[in-house]
Amino acid sequence: MTLAYYPGCSMHGTSREYEESLLAVAAALELGLTEIADWSCCGASSAHAADHLLGVALPARNLALAEAQGADEVLAPCAACYNRLSGAVHAVAEEPGMAAKVPEVLGRAFANSVRVLSIVELLQGLAPVIEERVAARLEPNPLEHLNIAAYWGCLLVRPAAITGFDDAERPTGMDDVISACSANPVSWNMAVECCGGAFSVSRTSSVLRLSRAIIEDARHCGADAILAACPLCHANLDFRQSAMSLRGEPPMPVLYITQLVGLALGLPMAALGFERHFVDTQPLFARLAREAEKAAAAAAERDAAKAARAAAKAGAS
Amino acid sequence: MSVVNQPQRSGERAPDDSGRATAEFEPRITAFVCNWCTYTGADLAGTSRLHMASNVRIIRLPCTGRIDHVFIVKAFERGADGVIVSGCHPADCHYTAGNYHARRRFGVFRELLSFLGVDPERLTFSWVSASEGGKWADVVNETIERVRRLGPFDSYHGLAGAATPADDPFARFEMPAGATGGTAAAPADGHDAASQAPSGTGDAS
Amino acid sequence: MSRIGVFICHCGENIARTVDCGAVAEALREHPGVVVAEDYKYMCSDPGQQLIKKAIADNDLTGVVVCACSPHMHEKTFRRAAAQAGLNPFVVEMANIREHCSWIHDDRGEATAKAIDTARTIVEKVKHNKPLQTIRIPVTKRALVIGGGIAGIQAALDIADGGHEVVLVEKEASIGGHMSQLSETFPTLDCSQCILTPRMVEAYQHPRIKLYTWSEVEKVDGYIGNFSVTIRRKARSVDEDLCNGCGDCQAACPSRRIDSEFDAGLSRRPAIYTPFPQAVPNMPVLDREHCTLFKGRRKGLAKDACGKCKETCLKGAIDYDGQDTFVTEEIGAIVVATGFQLYDIGREQPAGLKGYGEYGYGEVPDVIDGLQFERLASASGPTGGEMLRPSDGAEPKTVVFVKCVGSRDPEKGMSYCSKICCMYTAKHTMLYKHKVHDGRAVVFYMDIRAAGKGYDEFSRRAIEEDGAEYIRGRVSRIFRDGDKVKVWGYDTLSHRQVVVDADMVVLATAVRPQPGIGELAQKLSVSYDQDGFLNEAHPKLRPVETNTAGVYLAGACQAPRDIPESVAMAGATAAKVLGLFSADELERDPSVALVDERTCIGCFNCEHVCPYGAIEHRDVCDMEGHVCGHVAYVNPGVCQGCGTCVAVCPSKSVELAGFTDDQVYAEINALAGW
Repeated sequence: MTLAYYPGCSMHGTSREYEESLLAVAAALELGLTEIADWSCCGASSAHAADHLLGVALPARNLALAEAQGADEVLAPCAACYNRLSGAVHAVAEEPGMAAKVPEVLGRAFANSVRVLSIVELLQGLAPVIEERVAARLEPNPLEHLNIAAYWGCLLVRPAAITGFDDAERPTGMDDVISACSANPVSWNMAVECCGGAFSVSRTSSVLRLSRAIIEDARHCGADAILAACPLCHANLDFRQSAMSLRGEPPMPVLYITQLVGLALGLPMAALGFERHFVDTQPLFARLAREAEKAAAAAAERDAAKAARAAAKAGAS
Repeated sequence: MSVVNQPQRSGERAPDDSGRATAEFEPRITAFVCNWCTYTGADLAGTSRLHMASNVRIIRLPCTGRIDHVFIVKAFERGADGVIVSGCHPADCHYTAGNYHARRRFGVFRELLSFLGVDPERLTFSWVSASEGGKWADVVNETIERVRRLGPFDSYHGLAGAATPADDPFARFEMPAGATGGTAAAPADGHDAASQAPSGTGDAS
Repeated sequence: MSRIGVFICHCGENIARTVDCGAVAEALREHPGVVVAEDYKYMCSDPGQQLIKKAIADNDLTGVVVCACSPHMHEKTFRRAAAQAGLNPFVVEMANIREHCSWIHDDRGEATAKAIDTARTIVEKVKHNKPLQTIRIPVTKRALVIGGGIAGIQAALDIADGGHEVVLVEKEASIGGHMSQLSETFPTLDCSQCILTPRMVEAYQHPRIKLYTWSEVEKVDGYIGNFSVTIRRKARSVDEDLCNGCGDCQAACPSRRIDSEFDAGLSRRPAIYTPFPQAVPNMPVLDREHCTLFKGRRKGLAKDACGKCKETCLKGAIDYDGQDTFVTEEIGAIVVATGFQLYDIGREQPAGLKGYGEYGYGEVPDVIDGLQFERLASASGPTGGEMLRPSDGAEPKTVVFVKCVGSRDPEKGMSYCSKICCMYTAKHTMLYKHKVHDGRAVVFYMDIRAAGKGYDEFSRRAIEEDGAEYIRGRVSRIFRDGDKVKVWGYDTLSHRQVVVDADMVVLATAVRPQPGIGELAQKLSVSYDQDGFLNEAHPKLRPVETNTAGVYLAGACQAPRDIPESVAMAGATAAKVLGLFSADELERDPSVALVDERTCIGCFNCEHVCPYGAIEHRDVCDMEGHVCGHVAYVNPGVCQGCGTCVAVCPSKSVELAGFTDDQVYAEINALAGW
């Protein structure tokens, strides 16, 4: 099984911390990620709106490159890239004539043999491994005290025919990853609502309104932080937060799913790109660390008391 | 058993093929139809006075599910140039599912038919409901036209009489001693010969 | 040696115009085995029939071929005539030279030649026809009705009033079904229980109805007129003869936190319980799954953990050691009236179904389904008929009703329309507005399907008189927002997003067949569609019959049905059953399959393809009587004569009377070199 890696524009640009944490986690979990050589833009939010064939051919080019490179699977960490790449796989497989037209347009062979993986599918599959590594760690684990809301956004799960998660309206895969990291998934209402997406620049007020509703619902449902798996969602929720009037509430940290897994695996925060966030995550992790220490101390005290009782009992008999 | 029965008639109308390959060739079509849909549809064609070619002879059966494909082989062997099989539309079978069984069998049977040296184009499989008199007329006329283009089906025809080994296309296969020249499958080693067996170059010429 | 008579009808000019009937007679006279061939102007007329009868007597005919119209027209006529002349009717066949010849051809020569061919073909067939006897099977004049809802009750009453015994089997502890749970019914708004309870009591007290509640059909053997049905009587733990329904045991039971099925989970009941006050029979049942005593026994406790109900019962009717028992009933006809369940659209779903997690059902307490609303609105319900929402008992001031939840949704739910929801949602808005005058009822709908007598007027009334707000559009998400339930929807008429802060949401979830319907259908050899609804024999002309003779369908087991339709279907099944019971014997066409046991290899291919379950296994015994194999046997009472088994038999051991291989090959051979 060879896993190709399609970074797309964001991973090398606005969401460098996503890539840093992804690569750190991949190294820790010994995943051989091979970046597709000479990859190009997937067309993102514009190509498919302009022309259907273009919207299919742009992602298909990258899939064809992955194929030529001998890959069976392609990891597309960006939700928009994932959506476009799996949309192309679907279109080539299902639409009449597309399988012949696309290689012609690309000027290269394309067998449509590569499976497109989202970051959630990849990490969900690795959840048992992550869980094992987390359990093997000895020091107090601050993540046990983290209540975090899994935010999917729209592109990762829709349309259901292309993406194929368990339930497009109530997906569970990210919760599995959160649990594997020993953190606590929060039950909330906005997991698959839109953050405003690509309107971030053109209609900022809409994005602010939509993203604020998401942050408020997460807080309302008891989340300490929001977990994202999409560079654009992260940008809207994190970067735009300062512009939202959050009624005096403290800011809500927004983490990438790879950052959470990295923390769970015990990787240093510096390697996971936390310093690139607009909303400071330090207060949250400092609090969690305190809670963890407190809990550890309490546990130690309990253990000591128990040992003392046992000793007393042994002495008495 | 009855598969290899000879005709009961006394031979007063022995097959006579002289002139059949001329321009006025009129194909002979045997139709196996179910009682509930297609037979009734053909009745409707009659009551609606839908005129059609007179080359079709209908054999009525309760259901297409009753049709043993040896019937079709036998019909070709007995001189039919084409065969129509028609029953109820899917999901309309009077007996719930007989037509589905028939459809599955004929999917497989078509392949076998070419193996036997019969052009599958000579066999029409269709659904004609009791309300489709017009469709029945179309099926009849289209089949006749198609078979007319294909020409007379002669390669098996000699089998009925099996007059001389030279006339018998099966004579090319080494039949085991005692086996009668029935329509049972040819021995496996006869595959090449069978797949090459051209239609229309058999006995009659 | 065959002695066949051929009779060619002119049908006035209908045949004679294009077919030279005299020439046909002449040609046939020369055909081997034909001893007489006559043509006549109208063969079906009395003199025509006399001509045939006389020919049969004079020539001692062994077979008759009438060349005339379609056998669908006059086969019965000529067979009857031949029988009157002492000939077995099944050696009479018709050659169709009218519909299939004279009416569709112009050329007299061609038509005459075809008529001769057709006649010869049928003559060759008739040479192989065997005399057959009409099959007569005795009829047991007792009916079984499965399901004691309104459809089952109605069918049972109609059959019993018709003078025949009925066995009514109900899997719950009381009859009444879903109708007993409803508050009021559309389109009249009369109280459901008020019209149902008298019928329940009537069924219970009817001298010809034998009622088995808390029972299920275990096994069905036999065929029309002669079913043998085994019924599992689940252990009730209460002696039905001793119990007087006083209710002391229920008051004594300490387990009181079990969700009431009757109140659709909105109230609690004890472990020993009568489902509802008007239950028939008014007798409790012990729920062994939740009972403390039985929980203890399952854990293997040496001593019984409870026993309060038994201590309380003055009649000594409680029996903890009773086991399921089985009774076998001899039955002539079966009515299936198993009804429906509502699609439980929560997040957790069995394989093959999807949940509607976005609607929060099962997670948000104030999101309920239609049946739960019925209980909230019912005077006998958990709130005593007061409109109070489940979470905090407050009066909901805004209620959102969502229609087509899981219906008409091929992507995720059921593709069909559940039919009753448009009407009951209109009813719900009215019931709600009648109780909460200042309340707001908002309905999200796709279409309003109110076809039925008084139905459209009723749903108009909900909008125009009671002020229900109908919004055409779907709802995308329902979630809890503080003490409100937030509903996100879309109005497709004004193209606007709609957000409602509701106090309660009622989902009109899809109607689905009862769980276990598949197993029951297999027991009865009745087919069902992809959604699990039982298939009728013909969607238009045989809507209450099934393809299994003697099994009939009433109510929502066949498709979503409302009360009037269920009752009408029940009456129709009763008419079918009473018709069947009107004779002592059932006459069947002898055109059925017959297995030659000497050559059958017991592969049972026939069993796999038989749509009627007519194939049975018969033991083959050696000289000492030991079973040494199995062969197939076709039950002539069940076989419908399609002949599919004949075509799949590898050893050619099945024959279909009237269409044997010999007959068909004779026809094919007769066509040689026409």
